[in-house]
Amino acid sequence: MPGKTLYDKLWDDHVVHQEDDGSALIYIDRHLLHEVTSPQAFEGLRLAGRKPWRPMRNLAVADHNVPTLGREQGIADPVSRLQVETLDKNCAEFAIQEFTMTDPRQGIVHVIGPEQGATLPGMTVVCGDSHTSTHGASGALAFGIGTSEVEHVLAAQCLVQKKAKNMLVKVEGRLQPGVTAKDLILAIIGVIGTAGGNGYTIEFAGPAIRDLSMEGRMTVCNMAIEAGARAGLVAVDEITIDYYRDRPFSPKGGDWCMAERFWRGLYSDADAVFDQVVELDALEIKPQVTWGTSPELVVAVDDSVPDPELEVDPVKKQSMIRALDYMDLQPGQAITGILVDKVFIGSCTNSRIEDLRAAAAIAAGKKIAANIKQALVVPGSGLVKRQAETEGLDKIFTAAGFEWREPGCSMCLAMNADRLEPGERCASTSNRNFEGRQGYGGRTHLVSPAMAAAAAIAGRFTDVREWL
Amino acid sequence: MQAFTVLTGLAAPLDRANVDTDAIIPKQFLKSIKRAGFGPYLFDEWRYLDRGEPDMDCSQRPINPDFVLNKPEYQGAQILLARENFGCGSSREHAPWALEDYGFRAIIAPSFADIFYNNCFKNGLLPIVLAADTVAGLFKELTPGYRLSIDLTAQKITKPNGIEIAFEIDQARKYRLLNGLDDIALTLQQADKILAYEAARAKRAPWLFASDQA
Repeated sequence: MPGKTLYDKLWDDHVVHQEDDGSALIYIDRHLLHEVTSPQAFEGLRLAGRKPWRPMRNLAVADHNVPTLGREQGIADPVSRLQVETLDKNCAEFAIQEFTMTDPRQGIVHVIGPEQGATLPGMTVVCGDSHTSTHGASGALAFGIGTSEVEHVLAAQCLVQKKAKNMLVKVEGRLQPGVTAKDLILAIIGVIGTAGGNGYTIEFAGPAIRDLSMEGRMTVCNMAIEAGARAGLVAVDEITIDYYRDRPFSPKGGDWCMAERFWRGLYSDADAVFDQVVELDALEIKPQVTWGTSPELVVAVDDSVPDPELEVDPVKKQSMIRALDYMDLQPGQAITGILVDKVFIGSCTNSRIEDLRAAAAIAAGKKIAANIKQALVVPGSGLVKRQAETEGLDKIFTAAGFEWREPGCSMCLAMNADRLEPGERCASTSNRNFEGRQGYGGRTHLVSPAMAAAAAIAGRFTDVREWL
Repeated sequence: MQAFTVLTGLAAPLDRANVDTDAIIPKQFLKSIKRAGFGPYLFDEWRYLDRGEPDMDCSQRPINPDFVLNKPEYQGAQILLARENFGCGSSREHAPWALEDYGFRAIIAPSFADIFYNNCFKNGLLPIVLAADTVAGLFKELTPGYRLSIDLTAQKITKPNGIEIAFEIDQARKYRLLNGLDDIALTLQQADKILAYEAARAKRAPWLFASDQA
């Protein structure tokens, strides 16, 4: 019998009941909640007279709607305010732990989970948010769910799931200086496409993945969903174990020793069989910039905007033409010639301390270009913000002309006041470049934090490798 | 949840690949704490010429006459014909809520994003995966007034010319959809199994259960 993949091991460890038709009842170890996808689930519980199965397995935080300025005055938008207040009320009513908007631990749900040790290796982790895949960086099986399933997990601590297929993305070699985890995952999506991972759990492996910090691995797993895969995974190693030592929710004492021993078995066996294997060479990857309205529409920074006329697939060709029109770009235009209006450094993809350090290293001692209307730096959590301030990164950013904000999802999806205006072009470290994602009519180019900082300084896209 | 058995309805074509959930229902409408009322904002940025905001009276807004669902011949459509990777992006269940509230009961595409696909079944909305060339054929055939008949029990679609197309569906999902069953009630019938699992797992991984007694 062949060995097991990491995904197989995690799946098998959580099967409560296997049905004959291939579906299974799967136990959920950690449920994260935020204000946008939970109100209707709590309402469902109330209507059915149900209570949370294990209240302590839930952790809630408001992140999508929260303002990143003037937080002490509350939320100005009454609709956003009601949604955040509804989360507060629901958590109080159902005895669920919540980091409220003014708690120093508040932040983006996918940043605070690992930061608190609330999402651990070997766990199943779900949240009503597609970027829950982030937590797979620790060797947890983590995936996004809809609101009906949020209600289901609250009520039963389980979900009915069908096992996905196994995909291995193996990245050989080393990333070059100036090329980051973000460039790596964008390049991977460029290869397998936004639907390439549909029906799969993707395990990221190989020397280039092993070289990444936990933060870098989170960036990679975060965007597994942008390749269509609900879950991304990285095997446990010393970097994982070291990261979780002494986190507030991490196991302590004898429990830690037992957990560590178990976690060290969380890798794919050498003879495990994957349904699909994709191999890349890290050395060939350059800093990436998306040019279209889907993350797969991506090229290297030293490349140019592709020509739809060269695309043979008529559906793809139409998508490219539509994307060029929306983005107001011409085929053949050099990426480095594209001027930028706004810069956003933040989101569950790239708002951790390492991301802020990388951006600050580029911005240090420089000024943002005259054509930049706004450059935002939004830390992923209150603790990331505090750490950055201890290191003086906030001073570097503000001296260069960036705005230093309070933590939250912010301009990644523009549910709060941070947004693009119609026609504005943004260099963004977020995860989606869909039409209108960052604001009605806004144009998003996905890049790494260093590339975003460099774009702010230059006023246009520029190859950050020349800045090192 | 509304059960789905047989549906005969008007089909409308949405000829774009990778239609994402931000396009299906833009984020500003996600601020609602209700489950209903998203239909008027379905495909908001494509459907209207102005910028949509929650609680707007959509009957007063300028509509985009070029958008397919605004054409008179597709009014009342219940079946959406779509391209690859429909519903990609966020996990927002507001997307199937909006489609269902608008009046759609079934979506036919060569592929769906996984979370969206899953969410449809919780809301009486049937996503049907057909081979890419079959979908391409339907796009070619689809003219105004084109009606399809979908029989979930028999797992077949009947075209206006009487030709039938079979489709695959997971049997557990089919059963729940046919009967409009509440997933949670079904799962809670297995409460003893969940408790037994927790007891066994607490021995293997006690660190996970340390705080549960609180």
